[in-house]
Amino acid sequence: MTTIALPSYEDATSRYEPVIGLETHVELGTNTKMFCGCKTDFGAEPNTQVCPVCLALPGALPVMNGAAIEATIRIGLALNCDIAQWCRMARKNYFYPDMPKNFQTSQYDEPLCVDGYVDVTVDGVEYRVEIERVHIEEDTGKTLHVGGATGRIHGATESLVDYNRAGIPLVEIVTKPVPGLGDKAPEIAKAYVAELRDIIRSLDVSDVRMEQGSMRCDVNTSLNKPGEEWGTRTETKNVNSLRSVERAVRSEIIRQAGLLDVGTRIFQETRHFQETTGDTRPGRSKETATDYRYFPEPDLVPIAPDTAWVAKLKSELPEKPSVKRARLREDWGISEIDMQSAANAGAIELIEETIAAGASPAGARKWWLGELARRSNELGVELVEVGATPVQVAALQKLVDDGKLNDKLARQVLEGVVAGEGDPAAVMTARGLEVVSDTGALQKAVDEAIAANPDIAAKIRDGKVAAAGALVGAVMKTTRGQADAKTVRDLILSRLGAS
Amino acid sequence: MTDLTRLSAAALSKMISSKEVSAVEVATAHLDRIDAVDERVHAFLHVDRQGALDAAAAVDRGEITGPLAGVPIAVKDVVATKGVPTTAASKILEGWKPPYDATIVERLKTAGMPILGKTNMDEFAMGSSTEYSAYGPTKNPWDLGRIPGGSGGGSSAAIAAYEAPLAIGTDTGGSIRQPGAVTGTVGAKPTYGSTSRYGLIAFSSSLDTPGPCGRTVEDTALLHAVMAGHDPRDSTSIPQAVPDVVGAARLGATGDLTGVKLGLVKEFAGDGSEAGVTAAFRESLEALVKLGAEIVEISCPNFQYALPAYYLIAPSEASSNLARFDGVRYGLRTGDDGNRSLEEVMSLTREAGFGPEVKRRIILGTYALSSGYYDAYYGQAQKVRTLITRDFQAAFEQVDVLVSPTTPFVAFPFGSRTSDPYQMYLADLFTIPTNLYGGPAISVPCGLSEGLPVGFQIMAPTMADDRMYRVAAALESAVGTFTPPAL
Repeated sequence: MTTIALPSYEDATSRYEPVIGLETHVELGTNTKMFCGCKTDFGAEPNTQVCPVCLALPGALPVMNGAAIEATIRIGLALNCDIAQWCRMARKNYFYPDMPKNFQTSQYDEPLCVDGYVDVTVDGVEYRVEIERVHIEEDTGKTLHVGGATGRIHGATESLVDYNRAGIPLVEIVTKPVPGLGDKAPEIAKAYVAELRDIIRSLDVSDVRMEQGSMRCDVNTSLNKPGEEWGTRTETKNVNSLRSVERAVRSEIIRQAGLLDVGTRIFQETRHFQETTGDTRPGRSKETATDYRYFPEPDLVPIAPDTAWVAKLKSELPEKPSVKRARLREDWGISEIDMQSAANAGAIELIEETIAAGASPAGARKWWLGELARRSNELGVELVEVGATPVQVAALQKLVDDGKLNDKLARQVLEGVVAGEGDPAAVMTARGLEVVSDTGALQKAVDEAIAANPDIAAKIRDGKVAAAGALVGAVMKTTRGQADAKTVRDLILSRLGAS
Repeated sequence: MTDLTRLSAAALSKMISSKEVSAVEVATAHLDRIDAVDERVHAFLHVDRQGALDAAAAVDRGEITGPLAGVPIAVKDVVATKGVPTTAASKILEGWKPPYDATIVERLKTAGMPILGKTNMDEFAMGSSTEYSAYGPTKNPWDLGRIPGGSGGGSSAAIAAYEAPLAIGTDTGGSIRQPGAVTGTVGAKPTYGSTSRYGLIAFSSSLDTPGPCGRTVEDTALLHAVMAGHDPRDSTSIPQAVPDVVGAARLGATGDLTGVKLGLVKEFAGDGSEAGVTAAFRESLEALVKLGAEIVEISCPNFQYALPAYYLIAPSEASSNLARFDGVRYGLRTGDDGNRSLEEVMSLTREAGFGPEVKRRIILGTYALSSGYYDAYYGQAQKVRTLITRDFQAAFEQVDVLVSPTTPFVAFPFGSRTSDPYQMYLADLFTIPTNLYGGPAISVPCGLSEGLPVGFQIMAPTMADDRMYRVAAALESAVGTFTPPAL
């Protein structure tokens, strides 16, 4: 295989127009599975949350979980969809070992919700992403390949299947193709998924944790030259974080541009996003298109939601995240762009909770959008899993406000907190990072600094107050940064009669 | 002493509740009868002697009372019984013991009915002769060289051979009624959704209907009343009270059908039926007229499309329902030698585990659902189904029930229809329309043709199962019951 020279992203988007589309799966947080009474707890021992129905034992039958239907309708309503007055489940037939029935109970040409939209704002510009459909289906189990070096089926000595996840209700949200985004496509894709996540979280129907797989994204990308027809799309799976959504679109744009540049045709295929390298690799070949032989599920009666009930669900929807953001922006006194960057970083709830735990809006934002955002980028993880909780951040800020930590020390304490060393106060004590507030000790350090730097001291006495900086630095050095710089400066100036 | 196996379920029930005989004695008599004759009949795939005796003993201890408490029963092997092998007469489920009971089995247990064992059938209920059982066919007690009907040939033969007074069957296209007809016993297909499918190994989900088999109409009604009723575990179960089928059967037994209108389906008349079948059917009609019934000729123009529509819908659903048999979680697994891929093992398992008729229908159904063919086959068949339903609805505006022979021919010799699937499918010509409609129908013995039983079918509107019991009991009172020659 020849290696194709890849263009830069800027070059690619200057010559090609991307069209993107997103299919997002959201695992609903219902107490029980979609068709049986089994629990849905994450992380339980394998095959402990199973029964004849979700194991597809011969003779077992599904019964629809009403809570799953309600949650799906609420998602549809929150995404401005029309709700079907009558629709059916359908069987999607294909063989796979972690799918107990060897068909997935899903929806086909009669989705529960259709024709909605989500508005997202990137760099102060609003974009509308249209929703084609929102439908409900069941999740599959998980296959684990044991004995191979890579955890893949090749070379494995055993394949184990855990059916705990089989039958957990999933909602699939499919956008219409979104053209005309130009070089903003990756950011808009990310902003859309973030907005979707915030909307669903506000409904309290799922914990929408991408890292735990309760929200999963497939990203469709195609490129065309300006004025030409849309190109062939590829579908990228395994996109498991907001950041990956953006990276996946970006890398697929670059890859496809590279192929198109040398006249290679794009194949419609499924690709897998590589978290480590940030590019996509070919997945299951679709040379022979799978025929899923969809047909209406005869084991389940049609879904016919009562119109009045749907209207009631609509009237009871919570405040929209975009409205809430406008309100919080007011409360926090920040710009739309700052708010958007907080939203895109997935920081709004974290900041809100930090404020609720006692921090000032500015203090809360500073940590989440500053030090912690930097760390989450470095580690390539979501902000929420960076290792600090809102309560800890609020406690950290309080230590600063109380003068027990200065900014530099606080960063070191935070480092300890995210490293799992405990709460801020405990880390401060354990690492001995508290600001030296004992003036006797500080005075001694100041006197030593003056004695060691007679030339500088003389300048200050002569009124060159700016020279004090060098002495402050010396004191900070001997106190290993654990002094408040302003206090040190005041002590120096007063000792030298220059205050 | 009375031979307990010759008594009706109603009579046994009375004797047990009055302590004239113990439930254990009744169960033992039937188990002994099975020991004596089943080697020749092969109605059972598994006999649960201990389970039956334990259940009978519980009744004798007074733990359970009720209309059929202590009356033993045989259950078709397509219905899940906890801890008791359930194979659907397929190699792919050989030795599988369900960890749960079907809802209808729970109801039998709650009613105190000892389960004697599991009866033979065509594999996954696909067939009309039991010749497609992976464990060898059941013989018709009337002539051991002939088929007992199918798919539920085991259940009907077991009661015809006095191995059980009652049995559970399942009817997807006639699998209760046609075996009933050719063994001289009664078999009822209740309204779809009035008997729970939970625990019934699915063949065709939109058609499968568990139902009762008995030697008399009253016995069949008694079992119907025990097994029917809403089940929250079956989404298609109807949340309505079951009609009073026992009362209707007793009313019919008085022999008065004054004012009852019987619809004679014009399209069925003489169409492919054997002369002896037509003759017995005509005589029965005359008997019913004597009881006061009125005969009205009814046209159901779409019934002629029922068979082809059925052979698209049922295999389509089957192709999906049977996908779960892949060797991964239960049942047979073939070729898992550590070198083969999962797909290969699944494929080898299904190749080895399924018999020819099951494979034929899976292939048919897979084809009918394929992209590009769906509208022409499955979609079109669903439209036919709607038209057939309208035929029924229009007919029931004019008459109370529809009547026909149950099946065009009496029990045929083994091997005579296996080489041409279509000849086998014709056995269900008269029974299939009801399944597509979803209404109830019953087959009741009405006479003999060349010494072999002929069945009379009565079809009623959905949730009017009581109507067919009334007419069936009236016919039974006129023509009597039929006893096979001694085995």
